[in-house]
Amino acid sequence: MTRPAIDVQGLRKAYGGKTVLDRVDLSVEAGTVTALLGPNGAGKTTTVHILSTLVRPDGGTAVVNGCDVVRDHDGVRASIGLTGQFSAVDGLLTGEENLRLMARLRHLGPKRGAQRVAELLERFDLVESARKPLATYSGGMRRRLDLAMTLVAAPSVLFLDEPTSGLDPRSRHTMWDIVRDLVTDGTTVLLTTQHLDEADELADRIAVLDGGRIVANGTPDELKRLVPGGHIRLRFTDAAALDAAARLLGDSARDEAGLALTVPGDGTVGALRGILDRLDNAGVEMEDLSIHTPDLDDVFFALTTTTTTRPGPAGPAGAAGTARTKGTES
Amino acid sequence: MTTLTAHATAPGRSSHVIADTVTMLQRNLLHMVRYPGLSLFTILGPVVALLLLVFVFGGTLGAGLPGVDPSGGRDAYLAYVMPGILLITIAGSTGGASITVAMDMTEGITARFRTMSISRAAVLAGHVVGNTIQAVIAVALVLGVGILIGFRPTAGPAEWLAATGLIVLISFAVSWLGVAMGMQSKTVETASNLPLLLTLLPLLGSGFVPTASMPEWLQWFAQYQPFTPFIESLRGLLLGTPLGWNPVLAIGWAAVLALAGYVWSLALYERKSVR
Repeated sequence: MTRPAIDVQGLRKAYGGKTVLDRVDLSVEAGTVTALLGPNGAGKTTTVHILSTLVRPDGGTAVVNGCDVVRDHDGVRASIGLTGQFSAVDGLLTGEENLRLMARLRHLGPKRGAQRVAELLERFDLVESARKPLATYSGGMRRRLDLAMTLVAAPSVLFLDEPTSGLDPRSRHTMWDIVRDLVTDGTTVLLTTQHLDEADELADRIAVLDGGRIVANGTPDELKRLVPGGHIRLRFTDAAALDAAARLLGDSARDEAGLALTVPGDGTVGALRGILDRLDNAGVEMEDLSIHTPDLDDVFFALTTTTTTRPGPAGPAGAAGTARTKGTES
Repeated sequence: MTTLTAHATAPGRSSHVIADTVTMLQRNLLHMVRYPGLSLFTILGPVVALLLLVFVFGGTLGAGLPGVDPSGGRDAYLAYVMPGILLITIAGSTGGASITVAMDMTEGITARFRTMSISRAAVLAGHVVGNTIQAVIAVALVLGVGILIGFRPTAGPAEWLAATGLIVLISFAVSWLGVAMGMQSKTVETASNLPLLLTLLPLLGSGFVPTASMPEWLQWFAQYQPFTPFIESLRGLLLGTPLGWNPVLAIGWAAVLALAGYVWSLALYERKSVR
């Protein structure tokens, strides 16, 4: 087994008296995608900044592609690319000029540089607007250009700090496709996100960061197993039906305003049939039924809301939390 | 689909500093050509000041200069004020450097340069050299306007050469200060205001009136601040007034200012490029 592309141990960082990272351990295998998931202020961006040599850690070690981020930042910089939350483009140049600037600063040589620029414009669907000033670019185009600039030197480790924040759904899917292609080609990706679907969609492993600590780390499925079961939500036409169903089904949570009942259960055919039979037999009319398997939202809430009472840094602690229902339908 | 990962060889080590400086300089010059507004503004201000001072206040101000015949006041004042106007032009050009640097910092492109192992010297020197070129062009244009309205330097070729060298040197020095100020500023607005302090200095020196006419405490300041030897050297070279030790002081001050701006901006570069 080769050594991981990113290897972080006991990473610490504080600004003033405020601890931002508290002994973070993280390991990313080459050619895989890891998502750093966490709420605002969890320390995601700081982690990425340390790994991309922009910020010095206070303690711990971080090694990227075998190079220490503090002692050998040139070595790290040679193989990484960072696309941050704020677009790092030259707003006074055109898209093509931006890419050419990168090619020159990466010393690709005129021929290879021009070839690379053309390739990236094509791949990122920027050919038509290549010679237009950036002021005319949409948010999605800017973001694509930003990533294209990062990829001019074909970095083997890519850091994406909230790559799709502020993008419309279509641009978001485009970005996801691009990331998947990069991974297919062998790039290692560490991305930060607040969007659980994004982590679920892209990541091989997810590390949940909260208050500067990794509170859980695993595959999306492993994380989902941390929260107990899913639930079935039943909606009724009137309060009488809701009352009747609540009596029949026992262990359930009522939502008076939504005239709905939430029953723990995993949504298998057997479980569903049981519920429907009991309601049918009692003659209770139901308007609507929906099944909720545990998703990363549940994991996220379970792991990140009870910062003060959590006993340990990782593992099953989160499983003690209850899956929160989203209750968005109504 | 094209292959996105060609895994390039390690780029960007110290051997690339000069190539990178040229690349950064070209980028800054391209900005200037593409958006001439900022450059135009650094010329417009001094030209308006020159016209006001000469045609509105010039008659009276010139008549007050020692040893001037009151009837020739306006021409005498044009000759007197021109070196000061040229230095205001140079001082004002720092605003351009300051604003561009602040824009790079807020746009996040400076952080990108840092993750690409481009030496900070190259990034900063690109700004400084670009701004120096801009300042020298601005000085030439303002001087042209001065000559149009009757400024007649007495300098020979050697003096012209020395004056040009001095203008380049001072522009280079204050450009470093401009870069540092841009880096110090949290917003582009601050970055455009901070250099205004520099444009005050020629006013508080011998640029517009002889320092002997000022109150004593101000005279003391005027005498020992960098712009007075700058102005006196330029005046001596262009108009043949006594130079004294002024050229030496001017070169010394330019070196000090450049060094201060250099150290100041290097100290800020790592810290301020991450938000």
